[in-house]
Amino acid sequence: MAMAIRVYLLFLLFLSSAILSFSLYEDQVGLMDWHQRYIGKVKHAVFHTQKTGRKRVIVSTEENVVASLDLRLGEIFWRHVLGTKDVIDGVDIALGKYVITLSSEGSNLRAWNLPDGQMVWETSLHSAQHSKSLLSVPTNLKVDKDYPILVFGGGYLHAVSAVDGEVLWKKDFTAEGFEVQRVLQPPGSSIIYVLGFLDSSEAVVYQIDSKSGEVVAQKSMVFPGGFSGEISSVSTDKVVALDAMRSILVTISFLDGDISFQKTHIADLVEESGKAEILSPLLSDMVAVKVNKRTIFVRVGGEGKLEVVDSLSDETAMSDSLPVADDQVAFATVHHEGSKLHLMVKLVDDLDTVLLRESIQMDQNRGRVHKVFINNYIKTDRSNGFRALIVMEDHSLLLLQQGAIVWSREEGLASVTDVTTAELPVEKDGVSVAKVEHTLLDWLKGHVLKLKGTLLLATPEDVAAIQEMRFKSSGKNKLTRDHNGFRKLIIALTKAGKLFALHTGDGRIVWSMLLNSPSKSEACGRPNGISLYQWQVPHHHAMDENPSVLVVGRCGSDSSAPGLLSFVDVYTGKEISSSDIGHSVVQVMPLPFTDSTEQRLHLIADTHGHVHLYPKTSEALSIFQREFQNVYWYTVEADNGIIRGHAMKSSCSGETADEYCFTTRELWTVVFPSESEKIISTLTRKPNEVVHTQAKVNSDQDLLYKYVSRNLLFVATVSPKGAGEIGSVTPEESALVVYLIDTITGRILHRLSHQGCQGPVHAVFSENWVVYHYFNLRAHKYEFTVVEIYDQSRAENKNVWKLVLGKHNLTAPISSYSRTEVLTKSQSYFFAQSVKTIAVTSTAKGITSKQLLIGTIGDQILALDKRFVDPRRTLNPSQAEKEEGIIPLTDSLPIIPQSYITHSLRVEGLRGIITAPAKLESTTHVFAYGVDLFYTRLAPSKTYDSLTEDFSYALLLITIVALVAAIYITWVLSEKKELSEKWR
Amino acid sequence: MAKLTLVIFLSFLLFSSSLAFQSDELLIDDEEFGLEGANPRSPETEFADSTASFSPPKQTPTTRKRYSDPDLDSKVQFTLEHAFGDSGFSSAGIFSARLKTWSHGGQTLTKLRFLRNEFSDEEKDAFKNLLKEDDLYRIRLPSNVVSPPGREYVTASVRARCLPRDGLDEHIAIHMDGANILAVSYGSPGSCPYPRQLNLPGKWSFNSHTILKSSEQAPRTPIFAEEILGSSENAEGEVVPPVEKTLWAKYWMYLIPLGLILMNAATQASNGADEQPAAGSQGQAPAAIQRGSGSAAPRRR
Repeated sequence: MAMAIRVYLLFLLFLSSAILSFSLYEDQVGLMDWHQRYIGKVKHAVFHTQKTGRKRVIVSTEENVVASLDLRLGEIFWRHVLGTKDVIDGVDIALGKYVITLSSEGSNLRAWNLPDGQMVWETSLHSAQHSKSLLSVPTNLKVDKDYPILVFGGGYLHAVSAVDGEVLWKKDFTAEGFEVQRVLQPPGSSIIYVLGFLDSSEAVVYQIDSKSGEVVAQKSMVFPGGFSGEISSVSTDKVVALDAMRSILVTISFLDGDISFQKTHIADLVEESGKAEILSPLLSDMVAVKVNKRTIFVRVGGEGKLEVVDSLSDETAMSDSLPVADDQVAFATVHHEGSKLHLMVKLVDDLDTVLLRESIQMDQNRGRVHKVFINNYIKTDRSNGFRALIVMEDHSLLLLQQGAIVWSREEGLASVTDVTTAELPVEKDGVSVAKVEHTLLDWLKGHVLKLKGTLLLATPEDVAAIQEMRFKSSGKNKLTRDHNGFRKLIIALTKAGKLFALHTGDGRIVWSMLLNSPSKSEACGRPNGISLYQWQVPHHHAMDENPSVLVVGRCGSDSSAPGLLSFVDVYTGKEISSSDIGHSVVQVMPLPFTDSTEQRLHLIADTHGHVHLYPKTSEALSIFQREFQNVYWYTVEADNGIIRGHAMKSSCSGETADEYCFTTRELWTVVFPSESEKIISTLTRKPNEVVHTQAKVNSDQDLLYKYVSRNLLFVATVSPKGAGEIGSVTPEESALVVYLIDTITGRILHRLSHQGCQGPVHAVFSENWVVYHYFNLRAHKYEFTVVEIYDQSRAENKNVWKLVLGKHNLTAPISSYSRTEVLTKSQSYFFAQSVKTIAVTSTAKGITSKQLLIGTIGDQILALDKRFVDPRRTLNPSQAEKEEGIIPLTDSLPIIPQSYITHSLRVEGLRGIITAPAKLESTTHVFAYGVDLFYTRLAPSKTYDSLTEDFSYALLLITIVALVAAIYITWVLSEKKELSEKWR
Repeated sequence: MAKLTLVIFLSFLLFSSSLAFQSDELLIDDEEFGLEGANPRSPETEFADSTASFSPPKQTPTTRKRYSDPDLDSKVQFTLEHAFGDSGFSSAGIFSARLKTWSHGGQTLTKLRFLRNEFSDEEKDAFKNLLKEDDLYRIRLPSNVVSPPGREYVTASVRARCLPRDGLDEHIAIHMDGANILAVSYGSPGSCPYPRQLNLPGKWSFNSHTILKSSEQAPRTPIFAEEILGSSENAEGEVVPPVEKTLWAKYWMYLIPLGLILMNAATQASNGADEQPAAGSQGQAPAAIQRGSGSAAPRRR
């Protein structure tokens, strides 16, 4: 008996310790998690085709990534994600072995080793003012065995040694306000020409000695019209600029003699008039100008004479010029024609000579071509071949060669803005199910292998076999719903306005859809997606409807621009319908009502203070009218420091005939004093979160009722002085105040000020608690504070007899207008790391304990048990409290290396973490996005409700068989013995 | 019954104490200890019956002259305005309070008094309309008490049906930050369950409870590395071994079922013993029993 108890207790102990440490084994990596690496939309590309070694291209992107890609396969050789503020201005290759990047408006210059991406040197350049920056790597400029790189930025021109990053000389232009536009270097001369504009009306050319940085000569000339800033250099002594009115092309020639201007009206070149725009800045002897949606090519003659040589339709992308053999220069143009893409490579001198003409079938969902980069190679027949790297409207990157797409990268996924999840279709009889178990023998073999694995007898080959088998047998990649809800679709909206559906099993793209694909009407020029909502989630009575999502977009970047709604079928990825809604979109509010086809009602607020109901059906309207009195909403004016509550007033039929439009009125305002508080963060609970237990039982058999309200808003404010960077203020000057506000009545339920603390605040709100992260200036540490809020008005319902006799108020509807007494508990803990984002796990029924998912500054995700941030932790918990699971109080939260759910991976540029429940209560889906994507499944309290996938059924079977055999044998033996006894 | 009287007695005591709370004596104490407006007066619900049954605000200036430095304190007044549904705002009452300026520059509001105007006949009609339509009764306060209205008005509203009890019960909680009013929460002091019933107030006078709230300071993060060390040393020194529980205290949950099973078995065994002799009279039964016991015995061995 005692033995049994001991074993039982040991088992319990094991279980509790097992819950504490979440980690996985080496061979489990990749079983249920996947990681995808991206780089973002490519801005610059530099080809590097060494004769030996593998062919590669260096790219820099809008996500501030510099990467080296394999030209054959499109794989990443190496990549570096610079910080979010470290915007890359230019990239080039120097000395044939270093990749040079210029970033942060010309103040950071770095060299990376070309083959492996190691940083070779880094120089931070002095900059005094904001200006555009320029990186120039002269190819044949050599100064005393050194190869200078010329960098302009922040009012200074620097010459930096390419070998070690040393600043050779610098020239101060800050006093004059001179902006360098071009650095030109005639071959064979040590004099460099620096051309720029002074106050954008005077052209200045400095002749600078490249050895010493001294100005040899300076010439300037005022151009009365002023320059627009767009410039294109056509040869070593000539540039073409555009005047401020964008109607005159000015040819500036400046070598040796004086500067001379030559003006040509664009109206003289083409009949069409309009604002001109200089395209591709690097063509020799030619300028490409975009006028009135047409691209014209203008040849610059010897005397500065301009003549139009060709014109193309609007949707044309052009590459820079590329020297090919025999002193010829070629460039590429790409234009669309229906679903086909035409790539042409022409000679600059002779536009009629087309070196390459290819047409490629292109997916409509990739949109138009945005950028083209070309590169040439020698074909097997010794002729010139060309390959083109193109960047599409959806940010994808493709390599075209020999009339085919060699590889493509979905770089749109590097800029995910909103994510939701959707169910897969139910498995029907007709749908073929992949055979999982082949024969009994295979099955048995597999389990024997697993058994070997568990008994640590497996050889490395066996381990590999086990892993492969696991991959195959899990059936995790099927496109149907599974029993545990592990297979789902992750719907991601990207910055480019493209919608992707990713499979949770392996992260593959099931479908993708561009919201503004060119096949659609031109009513809304360039919509950009704002947010994503679950529109229709069929269950119960609308099972045969496909689920759909709502994408809310805006025609233009202005917040008053008209909005656009698009409804997309989740199973097929086809757009069901889309509509220009004719009013602006400020806020989208999903309501807790659905119509008979399970379409969720949404309210969209516009800039005029009206709200509009969607879907526009009479059924939705009648549902809404029923609840008209009970619909409230709030707005946060972060700039003014005001939060307002609103309620519905009436139909705005007086002003418009639209019966789905409603006027609102203001119910409450909270005005933060502008001199002492500034809103930096607001947060509400997830609307679809499930809370399982409303009460919490204390160790002393006391009951606390959670204050579970969907209408709570968490607001954090800081002193305006403290809104800047950490450390920019003294502790006395900065204070952080947090509020919990009821959004129906505007009542402040909780208000807590942290003196000497500073943002940024990252918070997570779940059930009845908020956990937020901020910086404590006094302690020089980051802190987490937890606030739990309990309902005191229901606290007297503890008596069992009251419950039995029904004398309790638990079933009474809860109204925000009741003044409920609340009790808040809070506690703070230090945390050693700075945080990028926080999320919390969510499960189907809310029974499983919660984990905080902390996106750390190292782009990893740390799972921290909620028990660590419990406000009831005390220094010496009593025995009863220990049994309850209260951890002794410590001043800081532990970082357990095994609890990084990203294990060894990094989700570069981490921006957000999304959690979604699986059907299995113990399990939750976690999807993290940034430049990279990462998905895994988590079981915060272990999978207590199912056997793990590597459970050894064989061991169980063998045990049973052995037991049965043993029973049989003993029975036979005993029978024999009995018989012999009888015969005795 | 005795309990009930006790409760009544206690509540009476409480009530009388709250009455005593309004005396000047306490206000002076309040002043002398330099306590902030909200915190020490947690039950500073000042019953401002519009029948003016309690100390009118005019008394405060005398107190001020007597006990405080006129340079630091100043009297401020600000109005509460109300609106019926979507009507415009009109004056509904006057708050008067003392603004205390601290040496470090902070300001706090103390001694809040509220004088509520009674409803005029038109207002009564308007309010009845609100009750009928379950509409909103709205109030607002200036966001700065020194220079009203400040940046913006702070508004709050409540469903009119929540207010009527015997009279009209209102509870106004004003959240302050120095001389700024951040927010006001307005409503009935008790619950207001949904669906709201229509009942007219017994008498058209307000029972106003006002409360000032200022921000709470967060407790500092405990830094107790030394304390932990100290305590652990202590703990090592005088480790109190947990009181050894008796076997019963530890395993009662197993022992009780075990006992039950045993008892059950015992009764069955005794029953069986009773039956045996009775069955013994039958001829063939002993043989069967013998066989049974015989077959069982060797196995047990």
